[in-house]
Amino acid sequence: MRLFTDLLRTDRHADRVVPTTGHTAWLTSFTAGAMTFLAVFALALTLASGRLADRWSNALARTATIRISAPADQLAVQTKAVLDLLSQTPGVTAARALSDDEQRKLLEPWFGPDLPIDALPVPRLIEITENSTGYDGEGLRQRLAAEAPGALLDDHTRWRKPLAVAAERLRLLGFLSTGLITAAMAAMITLAAGSALSANAQVIRVLRMVGARDAYIARAFVRRFTLRTLAGSAVGAVLGLIGVALLPSADAAGGFLTGLGFTGTGWLLPFILPPIAAVIAFAATRAAAFRKLRELP
Amino acid sequence: MWQNPLQCRARGARVDGTVIAFDNVAYSYGGGELLSEVSLRLAPGSFHFLTGPSGAGKSTLLKLCYAELLPTTGAITIFDRDVRALKRDDVAMTRRRIGMVQQDCQFLDHLPLVTNVTLPLTVAGRETSAQDVTDLLSWVGLAQLADALPPSLSGGERQRAAVARAIIMGPDVILADEPTGNLDWEMSQRLLALLIELNRMGKTILIATHDLNLIRTAKAQVAARVLRIKNRRVQLAGADL
Repeated sequence: MRLFTDLLRTDRHADRVVPTTGHTAWLTSFTAGAMTFLAVFALALTLASGRLADRWSNALARTATIRISAPADQLAVQTKAVLDLLSQTPGVTAARALSDDEQRKLLEPWFGPDLPIDALPVPRLIEITENSTGYDGEGLRQRLAAEAPGALLDDHTRWRKPLAVAAERLRLLGFLSTGLITAAMAAMITLAAGSALSANAQVIRVLRMVGARDAYIARAFVRRFTLRTLAGSAVGAVLGLIGVALLPSADAAGGFLTGLGFTGTGWLLPFILPPIAAVIAFAATRAAAFRKLRELP
Repeated sequence: MWQNPLQCRARGARVDGTVIAFDNVAYSYGGGELLSEVSLRLAPGSFHFLTGPSGAGKSTLLKLCYAELLPTTGAITIFDRDVRALKRDDVAMTRRRIGMVQQDCQFLDHLPLVTNVTLPLTVAGRETSAQDVTDLLSWVGLAQLADALPPSLSGGERQRAAVARAIIMGPDVILADEPTGNLDWEMSQRLLALLIELNRMGKTILIATHDLNLIRTAKAQVAARVLRIKNRRVQLAGADL
């Protein structure tokens, strides 16, 4: 940490010993800017995936459905039996049978508004809301089989699990992308630093001849590269934020692609990328500088 | 004109024993042996010239003297410390006590002359007065060019700037590789007078040169010894110079 704070302290003389011009100057800033720009999007993807996973899980996690398929004359009896059973089941906070109107609305997208639901053998649906500890699914299934043979418990596991897995994978992909971008930035800055050190072999030779220690020479390069990276990364972060802000906002259905962005304090997260990039540049350039200085005569 | 240009350069650690010593040193480069069985001692306050034909190894010997090169065999001690035992920081600190004037006079081309001349002070974190620097530049005839960039200087101007840079720290030893190679007679004499005065202040001087007139002039004023590289070995030259 002390090395880093020492670096940020202005050393006018040490700054000047390294020429300011050269292709490595803009290459470093451009690389840092471009990588940070991409990292902002990777961060947005990661956060959006997290939100999506939470939304999908929460939407389905605390509810279950019992479907009762029975002859018309037994439907009401079995429905009552199931509701009585549920009222005595630990972990179930509420259970209610969907009305005909609610069932018609559920089927409306497929069969239209004038569905004669009374004339069709549509199963009766019972919606269950569970508490935080949940209920014993296997026990409930066994009791339903005994008391209402036409009732079938659907705890949404087969829907919820693949969606949650997909969202988790997306989140993992986001983290992986951010990591790869960070590693690529470190690699490119290391190469640029090595190139700058090679291009300034005469500067290093002169500095050594007059008694400069490796730490002094390295500091001049490290400071230059760290500050260039910080500046380039800051520009990349701002441009990335503008890019994310210009994406279409989330629609009512919460589509994933339209929900790619930041919410609330999440908008501040990209601002931690430039300091992180600067720390990476500091470490990468310092390691490259000392390695190169050991190689040079 | 700076009446006593060296007064403020006289500082430096007191040196006891031998400043630089070679003990049966050999140096090979690219498979061939350039220097062989070299043994010499530079005592504090001594004045030596090093002569020999081109390619004989004069520049190599100077580089060995300030640890830019390490001997292939044998031992070199600088200020009583074996160069092989010096860590990288130790080498840097040792070089702060040695003023070096290289033949090719390299500078930081993007910085003005005055900044280049004061570079040894800068890297050592030391300050000097602007007047001292101006006086030194005036003495080497470069005061008007203080803000010029090195690539715009002539060979002679670069050489004088290199001399100013070498002495600004008040080093214990001054090593010079053909320091008068690009200088006219008058400037050569002024440079020699400077080096002789530094020597009288106790500095150790080693000059590699082809210039026999310079050697003869110096020997008339100071007890200078002449070393000659011949057949890869260093010999003490006789009165034939």
